[in-house]
Formats: sequence, C-alpha cells, structure tokens
Amino acid sequence: MNLWTQVWRSSLGKKYVMAVSGFVLLLFVVGHLAGNLQIFLPPHYLNHYAAFLQSNLEVIWPVRLVLLALLVLHIVAAVQLEVENKAARPTSYAQKEPGAASFASRSMLLSGLMIGAFVVYHLLHYTAVVQAVNFTGVDFAKLVDPATGHRDVYAMTVYGFSKLPVSAFYLLAMGLLCLHLSHGTQSMFQSLGWKNSYYSPLIAKAAWVLAVVLFLGYSSIPVGVLLGHGQDYLKQIESKVAVTQFPAGKEIK
Amino acid sequence: MNLTLKVWRQKNANNPGHFETYQARDVIEDMSFLEMLDVVNEDLIAQGQEPIAFDSDCREGICGTCSLVINGIPHGGHKGTTVCQLHMRRFHDGQTITVEPWRARAFPILRDLVCDRTAFDKIIQAGGFVSVNTGGTPDANALPVPKTDADLAMDAAACIGCGACVATCKNASAMLFVAAKVSQLALLPQGKPERERRALNMVRAMDEAGFGACTVTGACEAVCPKEVSLSFIARLNREFGRALLKGEPKKSSGGAG
Ligand code: HEM
Ligand code: FES
Repeated sequence: MNLWTQVWRSSLGKKYVMAVSGFVLLLFVVGHLAGNLQIFLPPHYLNHYAAFLQSNLEVIWPVRLVLLALLVLHIVAAVQLEVENKAARPTSYAQKEPGAASFASRSMLLSGLMIGAFVVYHLLHYTAVVQAVNFTGVDFAKLVDPATGHRDVYAMTVYGFSKLPVSAFYLLAMGLLCLHLSHGTQSMFQSLGWKNSYYSPLIAKAAWVLAVVLFLGYSSIPVGVLLGHGQDYLKQIESKVAVTQFPAGKEIK
Repeated sequence: MNLTLKVWRQKNANNPGHFETYQARDVIEDMSFLEMLDVVNEDLIAQGQEPIAFDSDCREGICGTCSLVINGIPHGGHKGTTVCQLHMRRFHDGQTITVEPWRARAFPILRDLVCDRTAFDKIIQAGGFVSVNTGGTPDANALPVPKTDADLAMDAAACIGCGACVATCKNASAMLFVAAKVSQLALLPQGKPERERRALNMVRAMDEAGFGACTVTGACEAVCPKEVSLSFIARLNREFGRALLKGEPKKSSGGAG
C-alpha cells in the first residue's frame, strides 16, 4: 500500500489529514484577517491591496484551488470519521455524562458544517458578488475604484455590512469559528503528535487566545461598519456617482 | 442505607435488553459497589430469580475486569478508582443508581452487564513480540534507561485494559488503551527493534475491531482508573506517523548472497 492509502485508510491518518488541512486553513484565516483589517486605514490601502490580489490571478487561482481542495478534504474526512464514530456505538447509554469533554469538542462537526455554509454565503456575497444575497440593492460588481480600475472593496464592504441581518450572520459565523478553533488548534497538535505534558497547557491556552483574537478581529469589521465607519466614504462616492449621472444643473431626486 | 437500582438486564448477545428496577436494602457504607451487587444477587437467588451477571476478578483494582457504567460514568466517576474499589459511602440514602454495561460495537454485550472485550486481546496480539535478551542477568548499567523514560513507561504500563476509555468516549475510541500499550514499549530499549511494526499493526487491529476515532475530548483520561494521560495519545500519533514515514523495510538477503 502506498503512503496516501495507508494514511487515508487509518483513523489516525485521517486525523493527520484533518490536522494538516485545518492548519493551512488556519494560516489562511489569520492572513485573511490581517488583509481585511486594512479597512480601518484610509480607503486606498484596502483597495490597493485588493487590486494587487486581483491583478495577480496566476497566484490567486492556485491558492484558491489549494484552499478549496483542503477544505473539501477536511470536510470529507470529518464526515467519514463521524459516520465511523457513530457506528462504533450502536446502542447509546440510558444515562450519559459528557465527563471532561468540552462543549467545543462535542460540537466540532456542527460548528464546522455551519462554517462551511457560511463560507458558501461569503463567497457568493463578496467574491462572486451575487447581488441577490447582499440585500442592499447595490450591485457590488459595479463598484469600481477609479484609482485602481479594480473593484472598490472598501465601499463594497461598508455597503455589505450596513445591513444588520448580514452583519449578525457574519458575527454568528465568527463565533462558531472561534469555538471550532478553540478546540481545533489543540486537537491539531495532538493529532500530529506535536504535544507532550510540558507543552499541552501552553497549547491549550494559546489555542483559546488565538480563537478569541480571531473572533474579535473579524467581528470588529461588521461592528465598526454598523457603528458608522466608512459612511463618509460612501457619501463621497455616491455624490461622485450622482455628479456623473446627473450633469450639473439637473435636480437629484 | 436503601437504594433503588436501575440495572440493565439482557439475556444474551442477540436479545435487545432492558432496565429492571431493584431495591437494595440495608446497604453498608463500607461495602464496595460490587459487594452491594453481590448482596442484591443473594436476594434474587433466594427469590428464585436470575442473578445480575457482572464481571469481576481481583476486586482490588488491578486486573481491569470490573466494568460498570454507574450513573453515566464508567467506574462511577471517582478519580483513579475502579468500580470494585468504589465504596457505597460515595452514595446517599434513597439515591437511584443506573447501572449499565460498557457500550461499544467492538464490545458486544454477552449478558446483563458483561461485555466481550476480545477486541483488546486482538490488539495486543497484533502488537506481536518484544525482543528481550535471555541468559544471565545483565550488568546493571549495560542497558541504560533514563529515569524519566522509565517512569513514563511505567505510567503507560499502569493501564489495566479495562476499557473504560472506550466506554466513556463519545466515539467509542480505543485510542487511550492502544496509546498506553504502544508508548510503554516504544519508550524502552527492549521494545525498540519492533517499534514501527508494533505501532502499525496495533493501530490496524484497532481500526479493524470497529472502534471510533479520537476527537481529543479528553473524556478517557478523566475516567481512566489508572489516570493514563491523554499525552500518550499524542505519542501514539507520533509513533504511527513515524512508522508510516519510515515505510516497510526492503527485503534483503541479509548477506547470504
Ligand atoms: C465546513 C467546514 C468544516 C468542517 C465540517 C470541519 C469539521 C471539523 C471536525 C469534525 C474536526 C475534528 C475535531 C476533533 O478532532 O475533535 C475539525 C478539526 C479541525 N478543524 Fe475543522 N471543519 C471545518 C472548517 C474548518 C476551518 C475553516 C478551519 C480553519 C480555519 C478548521 C480548522 C480545524 C482545525 C485546525 C482542526 C484540528 C485538526 C485535528 O482534528 O487534529 N476547520 N474540523
Ligand atoms: S475486579 Fe479487578 S480491577 Fe476491578
């Protein structure tokens, strides 16, 4: 049997796959946050960053495909293991104490699948810019930053999060991601065997700190927008649009 | 004290099984849980009923035979204690106690509270042999073992193979058991020659027996009567990964041409 078959066929091996894919996804989540936090800088920072990514499609697409493939592997392994785990106890106990098992550890599949559903929505919302799912009436595809010629991501983000239900959904998803990673990051070290009794308390603490920092970091964006961040920029571009659409002298209704 | 017991009764492996309620009267605090069941059984026998079948052997916490889930916790939830060492003073008068067998596909119930743990024996067999030098007693320092390694190996060797880890795990995973067995020998020079083979074969036997996978909930180490640590599971993951990376050794003629 070759190495991959041996890995995929064993329960420990499947956890290696989950841990490695989870680790790369975690790196992405950290990097993505760092990029996104530029929303709190003047608008041209985020838009230049976005234009930089958009103009390097030969880099962006391989990265996207690898991330997607890893997410699929992560989910397939999670679901297959869950099926085996459920089959391992056909009759359940009449009375059962979860014991030391934390809530996060018991709800990994659920939190994970809900993150998966969020990822689909998020990609439709801001990547594929499907107008029907942003509920603002604005077509994000038409928001172009004249300075870069690429999408005006700053305006898009502010418009997007101005809708309370959309922001609330993002906050919920980030809460679940926090829960997932509070256990997942520890589990990752354990599954790869990179842990011993000296490091494990440290890893447990670091996992929680990382999860909470990610939650606060990501949440700050919709919360910031709901508190009014970026509205002045929207007014500015709306007036510009109005000027080009309605030449001087005509009334704006 | 008087107690109400809800006990799982099951005729044999093919019968569905159900709970029966029994009254345990005049229970003495110093009895162990198993002694209390013995008294209940005496009553049942006197009334011409079938006594409750449960496993036990040493009754001093070292053989790993006793195996009851009490109020949802294997061995009853008193830290570092097997159910044969659990005393009735841990309960209070008038309490209702639910008693169930270990429940896992790999541990089919044979009767009442007795399950078949052959799957563990198969895993041990899959581990194979350990090369040990025979002959005269070796010199004291001929085979150095660091004290920390010896202690850690002993912590792993403390596993009595009762299966409480499987019983409590939400996935009925046998990882803690296999981790203890693999780690114990991987830590010592005596187990080195067969180190990789042992990890691969024991994990394979574990998967084949139909246990679930580890999701690192830590429920196992909490109920383990020998307090075997979760970090042995990390060690097992490491041993297995190491063995996979090393791969099967190429067959050679061993110099025979
Ligand atoms: C649809 C999406 C997802 C599903 C269904 C899912 C499901 C799971 C499940 C069931 C586990 C095993 C938990 C355990 O060992 O107790 C897990 C582990 C993990 N997940 Fe996810 N997850 C998803 C998305 C993500 C994302 C987006 C990330 C990273 C940002 C992530 C990071 C991790 C990490 C680091 C682990 C630990 C790996 C291990 O098991 O050792 N997951 N996931
Ligand atoms: S009967 Fe031997 S450990 Fe309980």
